[in-house]
Formats: sequence, structure tokens, C-alpha cells
Amino acid sequence: MSNDTSTKRESLFSKKNRRLLSDPLNDSNPITVQVLGICSALAITVQLQQAVIMSLSVVFVMIAGNVIVSVLRRVIPDRIRIIVQLVVIAFLVALVDEVLKAFQPDISEKLSVFVGLIITNCIIMGRLEAFALANKPGPSALDAIGNALGYAWILLAVAVVREVCGSGAISLPGMGQVKFLPEAWFISAGGLYENNNLMILPPMALITVGVIIWWQRSKNRALIEEN
Amino acid sequence: MEYINIFVKGIFIENMIFAYFLGMCSYLAVSKTVKTAVGLGMAVIFVLGITVPINFLLEEYFLKEGALKWLSSDFELVDLSFLSFIMFIAVIASMVQLVEMIVEKFSPALYGALGIFLPLIAVNCSILGGSLFMQERQYPSISEATVFGLGSGVGWLLAIVAIAAIREKIQYSNVPAPLRGLGITFIITGLMGMAFMAFMGIEI
Repeated sequence: MSNDTSTKRESLFSKKNRRLLSDPLNDSNPITVQVLGICSALAITVQLQQAVIMSLSVVFVMIAGNVIVSVLRRVIPDRIRIIVQLVVIAFLVALVDEVLKAFQPDISEKLSVFVGLIITNCIIMGRLEAFALANKPGPSALDAIGNALGYAWILLAVAVVREVCGSGAISLPGMGQVKFLPEAWFISAGGLYENNNLMILPPMALITVGVIIWWQRSKNRALIEEN
Repeated sequence: MEYINIFVKGIFIENMIFAYFLGMCSYLAVSKTVKTAVGLGMAVIFVLGITVPINFLLEEYFLKEGALKWLSSDFELVDLSFLSFIMFIAVIASMVQLVEMIVEKFSPALYGALGIFLPLIAVNCSILGGSLFMQERQYPSISEATVFGLGSGVGWLLAIVAIAAIREKIQYSNVPAPLRGLGITFIITGLMGMAFMAFMGIEI
């Protein structure tokens, strides 16, 4: 498991390490290419503020989890590593949950079970298994940041599309919902515009991600699957 | 009647996949053929039907505020609910392991069918999701929690078998190249989700 006692020291921001950071943002994006962590990604994209809080929680859990497991990688016995990883993640998620309950009670209420479900978010387990167990804390942290941001930008993009089209508004944590269309434009007030309520409903999250995947793969044809 | 209601709600109205997107990772990864989809779906029903009642007991007698009253009246105010994530996931991981060993011992045929899927299930969001929803909705008794667990499992099986069947057929269609595989599966799932929304509000 731990054969990385390479003698030559590598700078933390070498070309290889920069790729750890940039690849997951696009070409090996955890959601659209590796198909990991979709469970929690879709359900909380109705409003941008929930998506922001969720992304921050995942970024934190992922970086802390990757670094902790990477530090412990020589101590963890191979056979029980899944349980050890789950306990590390569950501990971090419990921490996040308590902090959210204390400082953002209404968002915590809206996220409901999905904070707890960060535990089974496949990206986190996947990166622990695939990267942190075999690499030093420095690169592991970079890998975690890259993947967490790759997850976050999809989440935020879907949330912006759904909220703008579905509620005609943008919401950020601490600001509440900001409606940017004047009230008079709506049909109810004699205008011509109407919110598309379908966008708020769950199925549209899937279709929005589907369209993002379509766009991404038509840009980068190497990602196209053979049926 | 109450039980049928919870069961039907778990399958159609609050379907784990179409309404909450739980267990999407394995749903997308293991839905290429109907046969494997049925295997995984059975394993999910099985594990949900076991872990939800166990976690219900845990919640009722250890974690809830005041749940430790049966031990001594001194513990009346103890609230251990912050431990629930760790306890639930530990129960799920160990139950999956245990179920795997028991099935292997007593029913090799079933083990052959479920075998490779059981370990996958420990990190399937729908299993932990089932326990967390059970906690949030505060079902009054263990039988209702069990029915809820089984219902959500059947709903998950239905969803994965349906998408697997569609994906088997779609191999013969001419899908735009960038949408092939993942993209079209997402969009079909979205359309199926819309269809399932027609069940909303049904009460028996």
C-alpha cells in the first residue's frame, strides 16, 4: 500500500500535482465523467444557497478526510480499511452537521438527510480508496481540492439554472432570495413572463445534468462512450 | 391500511431514485443489463429490510433524546442523536458483512446471485438514506419502519429494472454521440421521474 518513499523530493506545485488539481474540474470530473457522488448532488440544487452550503461541506469533509487517511495510511490494516474510512468520514460529517445546525439552522433543515448522506457520497470514498491510501498528505489534499471543486461547480451550475428558471431568483447564504425580475413582468401582474415551475421539481435536476454532460462531451470528444 | 399506505408511498410517490436521487451511483453503474439490475435490486430490498428496523431500535432505545430512560431515570435528559451518523453507518457496514456471511453459509444459490453486489451496498446512499428518513419521519413503531424499508427497496428495484430494460433497448437506437451512455441515461431517468410524479397525492 505505501511504496511512496521516493527519495527525490517533489515540489507541491509541480506539473504533476497541478494536474491533480485541474483534471477533475473538466476531463475527469467526478460527476459527469466518473459518475460518482450523484446521489446527493441532485437533490439539493433547487436553490443556490443550499448548493453553496452543500459544496462547502463536501469540500471540507473531502480535504480533511483525504489528509487524515493519508496520514494514517501506514497504520490502517488493509482488511478493515473500509470501516476505518467510513468512521473518519462519519466523524467529519457529524461535525459539519452540528456546525450547520448551530449557525445555519434553516438551511440545515432544508438539507435534511442530505448532510448525513455525504458519508456515502461515492466521491469521498472513491478518492480515499484510489488516492489518499497510496499518497502523501500534500498531493492528497490537492487531489481532494480538485475533486471537491469539480463536484462543486456542477452543483452550482445546476442550482443556478434551476433557480433562475424555476423561481426567477438567486439566493446566497446570508442574503436570502433575491428576485431580479420586476414583479410587473409576471403574468399574474399583467406581464408576459411566468416562472417554469417544472424546473423546481426533481426530474429537471437529472435533465439539467444530462444537458451539461452533452455539452461537455461535444466539446471534448474523447469522452464519448461506446453506447 | 396504514401499512399499505406506507408501502405504496415508498414505492411510487417517494421513490428513492425519482424523488430523492438516492443510490444513483450504483443505479447508473449496474443498469446495463436487466439480470444484474434484478440482483442488485434484490440485495437492496434485503439490506434495507434488515437495517431500517435495526436502526429504528437503535434510535428508539439509545440515540433519541430521553431514549436511555429504560436504563435509569438519571439518563432522562441525555441526547445522543449527534452520534446517529456514526452508529447508523457502522450498523449498515457490519450488517452487510454479516448478511454476506450468513447468506454464503445457508444459501449458496442466493449468494451466487447477490454475491458481488452485497459489498457494494454498504456505500449505497439509499441504504443510509432509508435509515435517515426513518429517523426524520419518526415512524411510531418498528413494523411501520420495516414496511417503509421494504417499500423503498421495492421502489428502488422497480426503478433500476425499468432503466436497465430501457438501456438494453436503446442500444439499437441512434443516440447523438455525445449523449451516448451517461447523458441519455440521465435524461431518461428525468423523464421517468416526471412520469412517476403522476402518482403524487395518491392515498389508499
